[in-house]
Amino acid sequence: MKSITLAVNGTERKLDVEPRTLLVHALRDELRLTGTNIGCDSSSCGACTVLVDGQSAKACTMFAVQAEGTSITTIEGISGAEGAGLHPMQQAFHEHHALQCGYCTPGMVMAAISLVEEYPELDDRGVRHGLEGNLCRCTGYQNIVNAVLACAGAKEEQS
Amino acid sequence: MIPASFDYQVAESPEHAVALLTEHGDEAKLLAGGHSLIPMMRFRLATPAVLIDVGRLQDLRYINATNGSIAIGALTRHSELEHSKLLAQSVPLLASVAALVGDPAVRHRGTIGGTLAHSDPASDLPAALLALGATIVARGPHGDREIAITDFFTGYFESALADDEMIVEVRVPVSTGGWDYQKFNRRAQDWAIVGVAVAQGGSGVSLVNMGSTPLRASATEQALASGASVAEAATLAAEGLQPPGDLNADAEFRSHLARVLTERALVAAGASST
Ligand SMILES: Cc1cc2nc3c(=O)[nH]c(=O)nc-3n(C[C@H](O)[C@H](O)[C@H](O)COP(=O)(O)OP(=O)(O)OC[C@H]3O[C@@H](n4cnc5c(N)ncnc54)[C@H](O)[C@@H]3O)c2cc1C
Ligand code: FES
Ligand code: FES
Repeated sequence: MKSITLAVNGTERKLDVEPRTLLVHALRDELRLTGTNIGCDSSSCGACTVLVDGQSAKACTMFAVQAEGTSITTIEGISGAEGAGLHPMQQAFHEHHALQCGYCTPGMVMAAISLVEEYPELDDRGVRHGLEGNLCRCTGYQNIVNAVLACAGAKEEQS
Repeated sequence: MIPASFDYQVAESPEHAVALLTEHGDEAKLLAGGHSLIPMMRFRLATPAVLIDVGRLQDLRYINATNGSIAIGALTRHSELEHSKLLAQSVPLLASVAALVGDPAVRHRGTIGGTLAHSDPASDLPAALLALGATIVARGPHGDREIAITDFFTGYFESALADDEMIVEVRVPVSTGGWDYQKFNRRAQDWAIVGVAVAQGGSGVSLVNMGSTPLRASATEQALASGASVAEAATLAAEGLQPPGDLNADAEFRSHLARVLTERALVAAGASST
């Protein structure tokens, strides 16, 4: 077992994990943050996407020990304090009907938050290319693209 | 699947990583971005007894200009290549290929040293570095040695690195002549079924997924150098090669793609015989 310390959604957490424990399992099974989903065995679906030091990463393709000293944000950590309302990206998904079963949604929202930070000038193509690593089996993507573009546009207006 | 158990060690320096490699021999593997190794460990295609994490070696994350070439630290991530202003000016082919690797989450963690050491003939950056004539700096127990990229790829997922060596730097000549990269695939976020990189207006042409290693399209390069037209040179792209056949494409289709994509890349790069 290895002891690790990391910040999860702003709170310092200490964990004892086997080195082979994947970050997604540490989040779900040890910290009971089950909003981060697991959808595949091949690093290809993006359901497990979280932010590591602000950048999207697949929590199934990192060992928890690699996250030592980092700051992790999961879907549970983006809406701010209780009652503070949804994160603008969650709000945009809500308004544009960008989910059906919802399984891909936590990963999709985290990937989208990272995407609009990384690429300030996003267009339709850019969103589709940027979300290549997140699979949705329900929506056909169009409403997801609409939601991300709306959120990116609102962000640009603010700045 | 959950990977098999292993012992986890954090390297404090490249020398420490080499010392740990020397101590543990072929039982050990370096862990950089983990985006080739962890998927293989999850399928239990790789079961190293010891993992040596070099991912914390911040000193090996840099992109610097040094007389006529660009030096890139082995732990530099694909997304750092993609967004580097220096690279966009000095080696635009490399920055633009980096932006086509996998998806953003993959690019946030995958490293240039890792993709070279993995030596997958279907990978994008190794082929681009081959067209650019890069040099790889490997550190071992007796110091550093430089390996020309033409000598680096020795077989399917095999490189000239010894078990106790670590890539510390990649040096790429400044290359602002005509360039292009054509990546053909059918599914989002996938590896190239065939890819073609063109550097310096056609003096470097390399192929992705057309054999057991990334390859130079030498027949095409020679034809261009001796005055053939772009169209003529492109028909030679698959000359003498034995591309793999798989679910995506058989060997004949791959050869066809190599010819078509080479012509497109040469045209986009503004290549012409001189
Ligand atoms: C979903 C997904 C999609 C992808 N799509 C693409 C794609 O479209 N195109 C593409 O080219 N790649 C793709 N990749 C692979 C990606 O580029 C990997 O990041 C890269 O191949 C390996 O780099 P790494 O740092 O993650 O290496 P690791 O996985 O950490 O290591 C890979 C191998 O290299 C060795 N190694 C690592 N660093 C060094 C070093 N400095 N010196 C010596 N040995 C070292 C390790 O021991 C291991 O054997 C994809 C990966 C995933 C998960
Ligand atoms: S669970 Fe599918 S990419 Fe992580
Ligand atoms: S909403 Fe069902 S998988 Fe995306």
